[in-house]
Order: sequence, then structure tokens, then C-alpha cells
Amino acid sequence: MHIKSKIYKKTLYVVLCGELDEHSSMHVRRELDEIFSQGEFNQIIIDLSELQFMDSTGIGVLIGRYKKMKLKNIPIFICNPSRHAEKIFKMTGLYEIMPKIV
Amino acid sequence: MNKTNFMEVTFKAISANESFARVCVAAFCVGLNPSLDEIGDIKTAVSEAVTNCIVHAYPKHSGLVTLRCELDGNQVKIIVKDNGIGIKDIAKAREPFFTTKPSEERSGMGFAVMESFMDSVEVESQNGLTVTMTKKICDNSFLQAGNA
Repeated sequence: MHIKSKIYKKTLYVVLCGELDEHSSMHVRRELDEIFSQGEFNQIIIDLSELQFMDSTGIGVLIGRYKKMKLKNIPIFICNPSRHAEKIFKMTGLYEIMPKIV
Repeated sequence: MNKTNFMEVTFKAISANESFARVCVAAFCVGLNPSLDEIGDIKTAVSEAVTNCIVHAYPKHSGLVTLRCELDGNQVKIIVKDNGIGIKDIAKAREPFFTTKPSEERSGMGFAVMESFMDSVEVESQNGLTVTMTKKICDNSFLQAGNA
């Protein structure tokens, strides 16, 4: 699991690559927190186009990051989820706090 | 003709084995010609059940997880079993968003995901926890024949 990121016009773009499960979750938490703490941006877009697998552990990771960014009034958006990630997001209501953008 | 088959593997309850468990079941089910969606459903449900064993079953010592997969006709039965501490209140544990470890950023959606992605999910807590899940696979062989 690795993470690509860049800031463009005050938007932090993050691409999650690989498999997000219990095994990779600690690494993803740490790396996202580090990326989120650097640079200047006023919104975050998490691109899941290169995420090959995610289970409900991923929901915990994303909600944890949402809570931290909410304290800074920085919204997080999701784009390009797989059909399976989409199914999990819809059943957990994640899109209500991290809207999907096309 | 009614085809039956099974496989069983036992592995250490560590998170490094989650992807092994997923791939193992997916590879075993390939003979049923599942769609990518069906395989994705099964892999996700297996991952949830195995994660439960790894996170909850053995708080004080290391232990084992046994993964059994049975094929009966077009039905897959998956049994994930540990010999750990079990769950006292299974009904509560199955409620969406219930977690015993809120400080660890856990979603509490493991059982809800299993129930959503599989046809049936049974949970038994006796000498550890046993989760039994079933799913019927549609006959997708005509799709493959059409692509040949």
C-alpha cells in the first residue's frame, strides 16, 4: 500500500494505491496524517482509482481522518471508488460526511 | 451433476495473513465461474471475518485461524473459526457501528458488511468464535462462452 499526493490550487489530491485492510491500516493512518499536516490547502480529494481492495477497516481510517480535518474546517471528498468500495460507503453512510465527486 | 469440494487452511492470527485468506478463497471458488462482483463480495466478507479473529480473538497471546471453504453445487460455504475469547453478546456485536474498540478508529461495520455481501451469516461463540457464511454463485459460464 502506498500513497501519492500533490497540492494544486489549494486542493490536496491524495491517491490511495493497493489494498486497505487491517494489515495496512496503521501505515495508511500515519502517512495520511503526515501528508495532511504539510502544505497549504483548503480541501482534500481522496482518489480511490488505484485502490484494489478495501474492507470496513478503511471506513474507520477515513472517518478518523475526517474527524481530524473537521477540526480545521477542511472538507474531504472521495472520487473514483470501485464498485465494492462504493457499496461499503453507501451502506455506512460515509458519503454524508465525505461526499463523492465526479 | 452436483459438484462438491472443500479446502481448509489454518494460519497464524496476524494481519499479514488477511490478503492470503482472501486470495485463497477467491482462487478456490474460481471453478464456479463467479463474476468479478461475486468474487469481490466473497473476498470482502472473508476479510471482515478474518480481521475479527485477528483484532478480537487473542488479546493476550497469539493464536490460529482456521478457514474452511465448501462448494456444493453453485453454493459456497465459508467457515472462519478461531479458538479465542469469543463474543459474549453476539446480537450486540452484530449491530451496525458497534465496536469494543472505539479508540482505535474501528467502524464496527464488520458483521454488517458480511451480511450485506453474503446470502447468510451465522455466528457461534463456543470455544472461540465461528462465523459461517454462504453465497450462491450465478452461472456466468455463458458469458465466458460468449467471449470465446
